[in-house]
Amino acid sequence: MSLLELSGITKSFGAIHALQGVDLTIEPGQAVGLMGDNGAGKSTLVKIIAGNFPPTSGTISVEGTPVHFLRPVDARTAGIEVVYQDLALADNLTASENVFLGRELKKGWGPFKTLDKQAMVDRSGELFEELKSETRPKDLVQKMSGGQRQAVAIARTRLSDPKLVLMDEPTAAISVRQVAEVLNLIKRLKATGHAVMLISHRMPDVFEVCDRIAVLRRGTKVADKATSETSPEEITGLITGAIHAA
Amino acid sequence: MPPEAQQDANHAAISDVTGIEERTILQRVLTSQPFWVTVALVLVSTAIALYQPTFMSAQNMANITRNFAIFGIMALGMTCVIITAGIDLSVGSIMGLVAIVAGLFLTWEYPWYVAFFMGTMAGLACGAVNGFFIAYVGMSPFVVTLGMMSIARSLAVVISGNQMLYQFGPDAPIVKAIGQARFPPNVQDDFWPDWIPAFSSHFWIMVIMALLVGYVFKYRAWGRHLFAIGGNEQAARLTGVNVDFIKFQAYVFSAFCATTSSLLILGYTGSAINALGQTYELRVIAATVIGGANLMGGSGTAYGAIVGAALLEVIRNALLMAGIDSNWQGAFVGIFIILAVLIGLQTSGNKNVLAILRDTILPRRDR
Repeated sequence: MSLLELSGITKSFGAIHALQGVDLTIEPGQAVGLMGDNGAGKSTLVKIIAGNFPPTSGTISVEGTPVHFLRPVDARTAGIEVVYQDLALADNLTASENVFLGRELKKGWGPFKTLDKQAMVDRSGELFEELKSETRPKDLVQKMSGGQRQAVAIARTRLSDPKLVLMDEPTAAISVRQVAEVLNLIKRLKATGHAVMLISHRMPDVFEVCDRIAVLRRGTKVADKATSETSPEEITGLITGAIHAA
Repeated sequence: MPPEAQQDANHAAISDVTGIEERTILQRVLTSQPFWVTVALVLVSTAIALYQPTFMSAQNMANITRNFAIFGIMALGMTCVIITAGIDLSVGSIMGLVAIVAGLFLTWEYPWYVAFFMGTMAGLACGAVNGFFIAYVGMSPFVVTLGMMSIARSLAVVISGNQMLYQFGPDAPIVKAIGQARFPPNVQDDFWPDWIPAFSSHFWIMVIMALLVGYVFKYRAWGRHLFAIGGNEQAARLTGVNVDFIKFQAYVFSAFCATTSSLLILGYTGSAINALGQTYELRVIAATVIGGANLMGGSGTAYGAIVGAALLEVIRNALLMAGIDSNWQGAFVGIFIILAVLIGLQTSGNKNVLAILRDTILPRRDR
């Protein structure tokens, strides 16, 4: 049974048809790369899966059960976590405070519940260790490298042990060394049995970590192939339209 | 060679590679704006005490602490609002309205608690209107509270009939007792030594509220969410923080602080005028900013709010004692506002003036 199954997803914004009948399935523990040029409908598809807005038509099923996401919280409850492109981190807080933002651990009782800072620091330290990231829980996010910020954003998704992690352009605008760091994070996620959907413009990154690559062009899925059966040249052709479909 | 030293020699520490490390307590203190404002406060106080020994007298200390307490209380509320990257210009006018509403009920010979309750309701209603339009309608805090500043003042003038209220009926002594209470009492022949200032109720209420706000900032999820909103509102929203409700509460709390200050002054003076609190909003914002709150949001402390208010009052008091024309006050206060913001400013090298100062003071290995 597929972890996530999208069938016939369309989305129209007035006269603009952003998505025109997209089918996509993701299996547990699989990493799927979603590629396409600007305006191909990648972000729209991600936002639909993440529950930012509902599709105009089509169905979404998680583990065979049809779901209707009205708000991002609904998607999270169904086991889908998102690492947003701008990472959604508060720079003025520490790494552990960001990881637990909105889901703080507390101790004490009734109206005297206080934040359990030590537990949050310990738990986020464990998460960073699992991700093999040199990020320290008490550091301010403000002072972190792009790779460390990515680790904080990914650690946050792991609090609830999600089934699927959506990552929107995690390697855009960070240095080469940090890209390697992020790709390792994705491999760690896969190794621990999480499905990953990677939205990226960077061909080498997608080829390095993804098992399958889906290509969107003008709101339609034009290809969905195992990484081992395709090549960067073919994918480039599919993205630009030089190759019609595969 | 001990094992640790050996390890140090063979391996680079994480901090050497990443270039960041957790800050020591000394570093934290030296880069905190409230610390330097405290230093300034001590320096100004010492200077004026040398010149004019009566400055340090128990009597003058009691006066100073009473005078800045109402600004300190309001600065606590303002700090909450400013942490969310907002501003509240209406606190002065809310003071005026609250005093008049409570004063009217006292004039109509209602018990003091009914009068205080009605005054508080009027204040909280103003805060709720501010909060509603800012948090739920999404209007600019500057515009909404500017409007409220005008509305609340106008209402105060209208319902007071532009009269001063001072004939407070049977409960007048209780109201006065609340506003003029002191601890320790420092009457003749009590066991409290005379050098302890007889701190006013205003001061003690400020201390209690500051402790509460400091506790909430540090140990409650609400406080963390407040800072998260100021740091990155979108992030707070995406992670499921109830951004709108917390912003709403911040404005209501600011109004509550203004209400508390207003009722204390009402009790202290035993009268209510509709001009109460005029231009106070600017002094409160000045105190908050001097205390280290950033108008861009995301930073501020309860202690900073209090020490900022204290510094402003000490400057005022010092100028008075030094016999300098009181018209100079504005110039001095202005200089301190600009200086305080300057030392907290991020320079292009991503270091603020405080960090540069710290780097000069601390030897390299301590950093």
